[in-house]
Amino acid sequence: MRYALLVQGAPYSSQASHSALRFSEALLARGNRLVCVFFYHDGVYNAARLAAPPQDEPHLVDAWVRLNEKHGTQLQVCIAAALRRGLLDEREASRHGKSGHSVEPPFELTGLGQLIDLGLGVDRLVTFAP
Amino acid sequence: MQAETVLNGDVLVILRHPPHGSSWLREGLDAALVAAAFGQTVSLLFQGDGVLGLLQGQGPGPLGQKGSSATLDMLAMYDIESLFLDARSLARLGLSTESLQLPASPLEPPSIAELIAGHRLVLTF
Repeated sequence: MRYALLVQGAPYSSQASHSALRFSEALLARGNRLVCVFFYHDGVYNAARLAAPPQDEPHLVDAWVRLNEKHGTQLQVCIAAALRRGLLDEREASRHGKSGHSVEPPFELTGLGQLIDLGLGVDRLVTFAP
Repeated sequence: MQAETVLNGDVLVILRHPPHGSSWLREGLDAALVAAAFGQTVSLLFQGDGVLGLLQGQGPGPLGQKGSSATLDMLAMYDIESLFLDARSLARLGLSTESLQLPASPLEPPSIAELIAGHRLVLTF
């Protein structure tokens, strides 16, 4: 079955990211495909490349990146929700005259239309929200 | 699997948060507008405190949040005309449909289940 996840909780603030990552492992272990994880609302903070959690806590941002590297899962971030929360890739940072960027590949800033396409295109879209 | 279910729309957006205090309602309505702009038939269900978003006069507040009133005015422009609300939520808040900015059909729980089953994609905010 082809799955996609919608993550709307900020990492380390709510259970949403932890649960979504564990659900990802479970569904992949059963031979399903995880096409994409879409980050919206406070979920966009999962794409913060500067996240530096203590060493005895799971590194959630790195966990998403590993998901992409191992399984080809796309990591899409709603651009409107991201920009107003200070999450900008290099292109947006330069467009807005910012001295640094906070989002980098494999996370990609994209529009909400992608979420709609995704939801209608997969077998299951599962939401993780606080 | 859903062969016996009658589809009454492509996308159902469920709104469960009030228009002030968080960005849930606004970002949920944004998702609805984008889905409509992409040519999907969109329905809205206001549930729980989300029914407050339909209340008249939900304009910008002193904290700089936009409220829901202006976005509700845009719904017709995007052909979003299927508006529903959870009748029990409205009653629990002591409100009636007369105090709403836009007409929305009140639904009891069994009809809400049918509504959800009747859409290909359900997004909950």
